[in-house]
Amino acid sequence: MGFVDRSQENLLSKMATGNGHGENSPYFDGWKAYENDPFHASENPRGVIHMGLAENQLCFDLIQDWIKKNPKASICTPDGVDAFRDIAIFQDYHGLPEFRNAVAKFMAKVRGNRVRFDPDRIVMSGGATGAHETMAFCLANPGEAFLVPTPYYPGFDRDLRWRTGVQLLPVVCESSNNFKVTRKALEAAYERAQEANIRVKGLLITNPSNPLGTILDRETLRSIVSFINEKNIHLVCDEIYAATVFSEPGFVSISEIMEEEITCNRDLIHIVYSLSKDMGFPGFRVGIIYSYNDAVVNCSRKMSSFGLVSSQTQHLIASMLSDDEFVDRFIAESAKRLGIRHEVFTQGLDQVGIGYLKSNAGLFLWMDLHHLLKEKTFEAEMKLWRVIINEVKLNVSPGSSFHCSEPGWFRVCFANMDDSTMELALTRIITFARQSEELRIQRKRQCWASNRPRLSFSKRRMDDIMTTQSLLSPHSPIPQSPLVRART
Amino acid sequence: MKMLSRKASCDSHGQDSSYFLGWQEYEKNPYHEVQNPNGIIQMGLAENQLSFDLLESWLASNSDVLGLKRNGRSVFRELALFQDYHGFPAFKNELVEFMAKLRGYKVAFDPNKLVLMAGSTSANEILMFCLAEPGEAFLLPTPYYPGFDRDLKWRTGVEIVPIHCSSSNDFRITASALEEAYQRAQKLNLIVKGVLVTNPSNPLGSTMNRDELNHLIDFAIKKEVHIISDEIYSGTVFDSPSFISITEAVMEKHVDHETDLLDRIHIVYSLSKDLGLPGFRVGMIYSNNETVVAAATKMSSFGLVSSQTQFLLSNMLSDKKFTSKYIKENQRRLKKRKDMLVSGLRSAGIGCAKSNAGLFCWVDMRYLLRSDTFEAEKELWKRIIFEVGLNISPGSSCHCSEPGWFRVCFANMSQETLKVAIRRIEAFAESSSTASGKENLSHQRSVRSSRRSLSKWVFPISSYDDHEPADR
Repeated sequence: MGFVDRSQENLLSKMATGNGHGENSPYFDGWKAYENDPFHASENPRGVIHMGLAENQLCFDLIQDWIKKNPKASICTPDGVDAFRDIAIFQDYHGLPEFRNAVAKFMAKVRGNRVRFDPDRIVMSGGATGAHETMAFCLANPGEAFLVPTPYYPGFDRDLRWRTGVQLLPVVCESSNNFKVTRKALEAAYERAQEANIRVKGLLITNPSNPLGTILDRETLRSIVSFINEKNIHLVCDEIYAATVFSEPGFVSISEIMEEEITCNRDLIHIVYSLSKDMGFPGFRVGIIYSYNDAVVNCSRKMSSFGLVSSQTQHLIASMLSDDEFVDRFIAESAKRLGIRHEVFTQGLDQVGIGYLKSNAGLFLWMDLHHLLKEKTFEAEMKLWRVIINEVKLNVSPGSSFHCSEPGWFRVCFANMDDSTMELALTRIITFARQSEELRIQRKRQCWASNRPRLSFSKRRMDDIMTTQSLLSPHSPIPQSPLVRART
Repeated sequence: MKMLSRKASCDSHGQDSSYFLGWQEYEKNPYHEVQNPNGIIQMGLAENQLSFDLLESWLASNSDVLGLKRNGRSVFRELALFQDYHGFPAFKNELVEFMAKLRGYKVAFDPNKLVLMAGSTSANEILMFCLAEPGEAFLLPTPYYPGFDRDLKWRTGVEIVPIHCSSSNDFRITASALEEAYQRAQKLNLIVKGVLVTNPSNPLGSTMNRDELNHLIDFAIKKEVHIISDEIYSGTVFDSPSFISITEAVMEKHVDHETDLLDRIHIVYSLSKDLGLPGFRVGMIYSNNETVVAAATKMSSFGLVSSQTQFLLSNMLSDKKFTSKYIKENQRRLKKRKDMLVSGLRSAGIGCAKSNAGLFCWVDMRYLLRSDTFEAEKELWKRIIFEVGLNISPGSSCHCSEPGWFRVCFANMSQETLKVAIRRIEAFAESSSTASGKENLSHQRSVRSSRRSLSKWVFPISSYDDHEPADR
């Protein structure tokens, strides 16, 4: 909703009539393009493939199978209906004890049982969305700020700022060192805040990172902990992608650092979690706050009244995550399938020399298309992005929507579709890359030709080379993409 | 530097209010028929536990929903992925139909104007965020649900200014009370953005009459403010007069041409009381104002309704025969329970406000107070918790302007437990009147005169000892 008439502005709050919800960001524009022309394998094969949604759809078969074998987990089945009334009536904001126990156990397993979580510190929220807002309400007053390393998930702009009045200040990370979160960058961001007279209350990190798909190494985590301790500010660690780590190096959770770092003020450390990515259940709205600070546990628990997890869902999750054998199998298999997806995707990109950040986690890839930009500007990035949506028919997310400091990066999700759709998407990218390369070469040629008239290439010969290469490549996923124009 | 926010460090969450302290005492020593027969009986929780068997038997005969199937095909994956804040279309269609049914089809609702969120707790907070700036105010008639102090004020920074209602006219909202509250707000330099009413009322248990609704509407037109009508108990109306919703009242006044007013009417609803499903967190806002619907929809992201729950309930509500049967039977059982409590109280010489809805009675224990003060009320309340073993809610926690009123819930326990509670009340009332002989003579006189005036409050009802087949 763009336009709000004057009379509404006087009638309603600024919050209701303003743009603080952040939905006018290009992150969501692509979604709209998808909604107008959504891909469907049989009904709309030329539609836009959604690669802007970080969802994990790879392991539903495992879950469906578990549900079939465990009818008691649903309070609606003949086996489970005995529990119906107790569950339906249960609105205690502490949450079902079995739910908290199961979540604590699951979180430990995801971290290879290297740490234990206390079920009494587990607080529910309306998804990680609700958790982040609650943390901002608990830790900061309006006008105060959180530092966030860029690039970061666009939803944070709404979740942390909209209704809370809290600010987000970027910690600028750069491709030159693979977007590492350096002490220098943290200090610089803090310094900028001081100069602007903005009180910093905390640092928010996402580990594994969205959109980078990388994990923070132990050294970086320790450096971050030392930084926040020194400044006496909070550290909120969003570990929502913890179980999506599919290859080395292994995931190191802040909870593990807490086991080793005895000089850290534990009252500053808080974890946000959810089952939306690791299990693939965004619809069930299972958000978790885990804090080492008693007062924060108490306050966030009271605030959880505004977004409790449905007791019906708590009951299902408690059942599912208590099944040790199933959980162990699920975690391993999910990581494996993500790893395979990642490999197929990156190999495809390798074929055409599209760069990407080397990653070992997440449901997406951080793709480097800066060589396709006409100029190194965000305007050029937007232009390229519109071409990708409208012509290549892929909804990828432009780096600027993640507040990336350098133009040309795009987040591409690969786990929210089946194998054949993914291969089709890859083919479209490859084709586009080749066409762009052709265009670039043509332009160069034209430039050459005007300078050196004796040299000439046959355009056709170039085409042959390109086409032949793709046919010969053993890694070519699909021989014929519907988008490849006939050349003969 | 303070490490947490002001919101975290203050007590605006309201949990230090007596409303919750009683719960804490109950939790330390909860009544159990067998295991703890001398424990405290919980009568401070407005829950509807009377009709679960109806829901359970529906579940037993609808196996598709049980296995998360639609036409035999598993919908698990669809549900697991569904996080669209517009909500399950089928669910919203059923909800508006259900809401219309509860209003005798006198009004119709548009599913596109309905926004879902996690409980009416969330709905009320969201409306504050949408309608008022921090520091602005809403007027609320007293007595009101104590949870509003948290839901409307805590994180929003909005103020509540009470509209004082008095027992002298059954706590009805009057035009002068509205105006008086408005003036008081002005004097406090507070901009009034609207009025929030709960209809049927918590804690009074009565529906608003036409006069009240008209006063409210006139006021909202004159002052150009919003009306929020929390109709969470609309399905619990078990007796006449019948429920008049805000929508109906506005229609009847023919203020449709006042399109401005329609933009300022918002309804809050939930399935926690009518269907007895508080654990499922199903709340909603219904508004004619497009901007409010758009903003509230986005805000619902912070507390969406689980898709698993939306699926279950959309199926249940689509069974129209079932919902009709449920509504009727549930109301019948509520009436029976209420009659039982009222009769028991009467035989103990205690009266209550006339009520035709809700899950509680608004009980008059003024004559049991040592003095006409809130301190005396608190003393009495503590005696009732510790000596009588009942957790009931003192009127002061509901911001009642007169001491001596208590909200007593009757639908969150078995019939047997209610009988035990009534026996305890009777014993207490008796001991209270014999305890201090001479001193109490004048007291007894006032008791008798109170009893005479009870008829003003209490419907003639049959004894609670009729022997109908077991209900809960």
